[in-house]
Amino acid sequence: MKRRNFLKASWLGLLALAGGESAFIGLKFVSPHVDAGEFGGLFDVGAVDDFPSGSVTPFVNGRFYLVRLNDGGFLAVYRQCTHLGCSVPWNAEQQQFVCPCHGSAFERDGEVLNPPAPRPLDLFALTIKDGQIRVDTGKRIERDHADDRYVVYPEATA
Amino acid sequence: MSDFVQRVVESISRGEPLTPTDDRSRMRAVMNNLVLHLHPSKVAAPSIKLTYTWGLGGLAVLLSAVLVVTGVMLMFVYTPSPDTAYQNMQNLQTDIRFGQLIRNLHHWSGNAMIVVVVLHMLRVLFTNALHRPREFNWLLGLSLLLLTGAANFTGYLLPWDQRAYWAITVGVSLLQYVPVVGEGIGRFILGGPEVDATTLTNFYGLHVAVIPLMLFGIMSFHLWRTRKDGFSIPRRIGTVISEKVERVTTIPHLISREAVFALVMIAILLTWAALVDAPLEEAADPAHSPNPAKAAWYFMGIQELLLHFHPFFAAIVIPVLGLVGLVVLPYLEPDVDGEGIWFLSVKGRWLALLGTVMGVAGTVLLVLVDEYVLNLPELLPSLPTILSNGWIPLAWLLGLLWLYWELLRGLFRAYRSEARLSLFCLLLASFITLTVIGIAFRGEGMALVSPL
Ligand code: HEM
Ligand code: FES
Repeated sequence: MKRRNFLKASWLGLLALAGGESAFIGLKFVSPHVDAGEFGGLFDVGAVDDFPSGSVTPFVNGRFYLVRLNDGGFLAVYRQCTHLGCSVPWNAEQQQFVCPCHGSAFERDGEVLNPPAPRPLDLFALTIKDGQIRVDTGKRIERDHADDRYVVYPEATA
Repeated sequence: MSDFVQRVVESISRGEPLTPTDDRSRMRAVMNNLVLHLHPSKVAAPSIKLTYTWGLGGLAVLLSAVLVVTGVMLMFVYTPSPDTAYQNMQNLQTDIRFGQLIRNLHHWSGNAMIVVVVLHMLRVLFTNALHRPREFNWLLGLSLLLLTGAANFTGYLLPWDQRAYWAITVGVSLLQYVPVVGEGIGRFILGGPEVDATTLTNFYGLHVAVIPLMLFGIMSFHLWRTRKDGFSIPRRIGTVISEKVERVTTIPHLISREAVFALVMIAILLTWAALVDAPLEEAADPAHSPNPAKAAWYFMGIQELLLHFHPFFAAIVIPVLGLVGLVVLPYLEPDVDGEGIWFLSVKGRWLALLGTVMGVAGTVLLVLVDEYVLNLPELLPSLPTILSNGWIPLAWLLGLLWLYWELLRGLFRAYRSEARLSLFCLLLASFITLTVIGIAFRGEGMALVSPL
């Protein structure tokens, strides 16, 4: 390689490197980071017995509904519509979630009753220990269909 | 003392008198002056007729200036935080003297700018001033259109009322339907999973710094290119531009026109802003979406598409196809010499009208059919909705457009340029019709309702 070409290539290489570095620093600088304790953290929502079967209880700060199915199993349902992100209220009269924005409707367990929503409402990871329920709003679960895979049942009481 | 003033004035104009009186020094004044440098020193007399450009490009420049002045004023009384933003807006309207007026001016100029930039683009297209050597300036113009949209979109969130919160939520959610990268980009823009404090600071930074700087950089480039490419010259069908078309000096012929036009426009804008208040709804409440949650008016066309297509098609495929079309358009060689002629030719004018009528009628018809008669996902329950509500109807539509093209070329024996123009008018009319339906005919639960 001629010296002139080598120098030219080096300049270009260095320029690309500098550009890449700047872009990296810029991107990292503005990237989102999660703070613990707020939405995105853990929520202790109470004891199993506080929630009768067939109940739907909203948790505003956690942005989810604690759903107890008729068979006694628990789900933490994220309130954000899977269509375009509106907040979905529980309609106690019709016993379903109805989105005000474009009319999607969801079953108690999140299953789609009415499009345009393309998939059931998302869930948050839920655990039960010593009768106490804990929801991790940092762990969102997307489902294609609402089966009972994610339903959590309380330990059998003695 | 007066010597000193004289000395300062001279240094501004690089030694020339500020108000030159003969043509030679007028031309030199243009060459040597930073502001006027964006203009050529002489222009063809017909090009600066108001009924050719309609002053639309200049109006866009004027509106940007108004936006900067009022925007900087608003920055002094606004803090981009969910705890304060909404209160700042209320203060602006009740406590701060002329606060409402300044907000109104900023709000209406921003909205007007979208309309003006689109109309300017249509003027350029309909007078066929977009082909060689102006193709690249057309692309610069397109970037300006996108930036104008981005400026409006980021500004929309800042009042932090219900309208702002949910329009941005729905708008950014559209990104999740972009395959692979969409969700990541959405999270990045919002600074998290939902619209919150981080989103507000992000949007604020973009709105007051990043976008305006880009806008002004590209705008200067755009104006400089209009000057370099030579301004297109209007003419009647069947005439050619004579060698000795009259050329006049920019000062005073163009400058004085621009000044008068700007003053009239400022008067109209002030009157409007004094009479019509910018909307402010209740404070943003992330727990409760309003019904119906409507997007910003300039997205109503896409929102209406969303009711008919799988989101991937309504929000991604169709808009991207449209944008690609606009990028390619100036590079398609014209087969009619139409530069400076409205709608190319006599036939071009009729076919443009035909396209517009077909666009309006076809869109109304299809919306009604989809609303009341046809439910593709229900008819084809075994198919995923991305097929039944995406590929299949899109293929149908493209087929119809192809038929229309064949009709123009075969039956009407149109030149390619004329057929392209007619097709463009059809698509444009269709988009405008969708926007009107979205704004005026959609009510609670997005059902079709009468606007009265
Ligand atoms: C912020 C947005 C914009 C500003 C401030 C702006 C400004 C201007 C100005 C002042 C002119 C001189 C003539 C006139 O007023 O019509 C012009 C010409 C032109 N603009 Fe724009 N423009 C903008 C957006 C656009 C867009 C969206 C397009 C097209 C996609 C475009 C394409 C052109 C072309 C091709 C010309 C040359 C026209 C000719 O020679 O007849 N511009 N622009
Ligand atoms: S956001 Fe819920 S239906 Fe569109």
